[in-house]
Amino acid sequence: MGRGPMDDAGRAPRRPARGPPLPLGPMSILVNAETRVICQGITGAFGAQHTKGCLHYGTRLVGGVTPGKGGTKDPNNLPIFDTVDQAVRATQADATMIFVPPAFAADAILEAAAAEVKVICCITEGVPVQDMIKVRAVLDEMNNTAPPGEQITLIGPNCPGVITPGPKTGGGDSASNPYTSAGCKIGIMPGYIHTHVTQARLRKSVGIVSRSGTLTYEAVWQTSRLGLAQSTCVGIGGDPVRGLNHIDCLRLFQNDPHTDAILMIGEIGGSDEESAAEFVRQHVTKPVAAFIAGRTAPPGKRMGHAGAIISGGEGTADSKIKALQDAGATVAMSPADMGQAMMKAMKLA
Amino acid sequence: MKIHEYQARELLRNAGIPVPPGQVIETIDDAAGAYRRASDAAGTGLVVVKAQVHAGGRGKAGFVKLVKSADEATEAARFMLTHRMISPQTGAEGLEVKKLLVAAGVEIAKEFYLAITTDRATRRNVLIASREGGVEIEKIAHERPDAILKEPLHPLMGLQEHQARRVAFDLGFAGKQVGQAVRVMLSLARLFLAKDCSLAEINPLVLTPPTREQPDGQVLAIDAKFNFDDNATFRHDDISAMFDPTEENPAEMRARRFGLSYIALDGAIGCLVNGAGLAMSTMDIVKLHGQEPANFLDVGGGASEEAVTEAFSIILSDRRVKGVLVNIFGGIMRCDVIAQGIINAATNFKNPDGSIGFKVPLVVRLEGTNVEAGRTLLKGARARIPTMHAATDLTDAAKKVCAAVA
Repeated sequence: MGRGPMDDAGRAPRRPARGPPLPLGPMSILVNAETRVICQGITGAFGAQHTKGCLHYGTRLVGGVTPGKGGTKDPNNLPIFDTVDQAVRATQADATMIFVPPAFAADAILEAAAAEVKVICCITEGVPVQDMIKVRAVLDEMNNTAPPGEQITLIGPNCPGVITPGPKTGGGDSASNPYTSAGCKIGIMPGYIHTHVTQARLRKSVGIVSRSGTLTYEAVWQTSRLGLAQSTCVGIGGDPVRGLNHIDCLRLFQNDPHTDAILMIGEIGGSDEESAAEFVRQHVTKPVAAFIAGRTAPPGKRMGHAGAIISGGEGTADSKIKALQDAGATVAMSPADMGQAMMKAMKLA
Repeated sequence: MKIHEYQARELLRNAGIPVPPGQVIETIDDAAGAYRRASDAAGTGLVVVKAQVHAGGRGKAGFVKLVKSADEATEAARFMLTHRMISPQTGAEGLEVKKLLVAAGVEIAKEFYLAITTDRATRRNVLIASREGGVEIEKIAHERPDAILKEPLHPLMGLQEHQARRVAFDLGFAGKQVGQAVRVMLSLARLFLAKDCSLAEINPLVLTPPTREQPDGQVLAIDAKFNFDDNATFRHDDISAMFDPTEENPAEMRARRFGLSYIALDGAIGCLVNGAGLAMSTMDIVKLHGQEPANFLDVGGGASEEAVTEAFSIILSDRRVKGVLVNIFGGIMRCDVIAQGIINAATNFKNPDGSIGFKVPLVVRLEGTNVEAGRTLLKGARARIPTMHAATDLTDAAKKVCAAVA
């Protein structure tokens, strides 16, 4: 494996820092135009399709991983590696998007973590819950013992990904004519619906965090149409046990100087939104708007997302809405009003 | 995925957790023999006949019966196999019962509740136990949370023996009962993890009165309920084999075969949406504008024309549907592709009476990738689909479809 000697704590020493910290890129959290991305599962149909999509958007994709296909190239001429560790050594990748089948997703996440990839975005849908319980335990343990700034962030699984939009500078129809030269899209969302602050009428950026895919696109679309930009949009995924939660994203957005306001989209099930509301009340000074999907869902029925199940009265839409309102957030009652609610919270409408 | 009680008993027995002897029957004629065998094993003359359906509320519906003779067992079997079971969980049409469990009745000194499930807030599996078994645990959890013991399972090590021991003492077990209860808890935890359960519940777990052979009594599982993570059944052929398709809603099963996620509801507005969150929100906005959704339907990210056609046919097979709302935000899915799918499905749609073409109002809202091409296609097809309306945005769509059926 060539992991080198262990340090006193029994851990392999971290790789030396890769040069001086980069100047602050485009306004964002988690990823930006400097982020170097690999794709795990780059030769699968889904992985290949979205590798292309991200390249056309302008993401700095630097390679991919498919065990057994190392040394070859993908149709976009990106190098393919057998292991994440090889890919990271060769490309200095600091983010990965995972498209491997659900049975292999847990291992793919842990492989990326072992190779010290900072941002791990798992798009794969259908990962067993027990796998994610173990993965989270391992990641939490790694992060607890890692020096500050060396933490690993998992986004997903079962999520659309994360995007930091850049200004539109091209057609977005090929890797040589990308949509933007200063953005980063990691995932399956349509890039062109997002707006960069320099091209937004109101010159204000909203950070968006959501458990859903297409509902997030809806929110992005509404805010763009109203003249707002997005700093970063994070799809945290619909699974019960996952990486980033609403709270984690709220904290990042609150601390990001280029995020003016936060739009949070939740859904029934669990108590993540209730905790997020408490966090908003205590720590968030920026305007917050929210929408909770599933007010009409019957209790006990699973609505597509494994996480979207109400049991024992906990996690109803009404309890989440009330908690958010009590915390001072502007809650949209209709999914058609998410953008308007954001405008209202920002006192722009 | 759910399984039947008799299958859950099988899993428990294989895991070394004692259950009273019993037998599954499918005909009225088998009831008398099954009674005698269970009665001999029990030594009490008491036998219980239980309908094997996934839905709860069996007892109140009369589908769990204590019987004291072969004749009573036959009568109970006759009733359960020739009547549909109706409970708050089955809906008005009820469920056909095909299998009965005939099990030895057990004398009970104490009843307990024992379960393992996943707590999403702490991202841990948790053992839940209570001295108050045999009743609705949700009710106890709500009214007297102190009466519920919770013990988290280590994510990598599972349930530890000392944890099980503490719970056993806290539940009031004494003497040789403690070891028995600990073995039950450890076995249940191993089973939960080995088979990717989302719920493994024994309710009630009972302690029998002391006998000469067992002066401390015996710890037994009387009823059990298991739910499994659908995302993990691919690695458990034995569990997948327990799947009973007749317990599922036929329309939901049909949808699954086409990669659609469908749940039947009670309203008049059929919904066809891409993405689970947007699908839930679409139901919400229908309700907000005064109507009730007839279903949840997520066509997924890459729905083919075939899948869209199937989705329409599933939605419209529900006679209560008076109008259909299509809400698509094209991301990966291009709007022109979905528009063509809608047009083909709507023009070729075969009604139950044999006629061709859509009859109910159809409101289509498209947004996202290639939306202009999609709208142009729909506009061109309007003459062929007279009941179709295009919507400008989500609110407009909800208003139009609600107005059309009001």
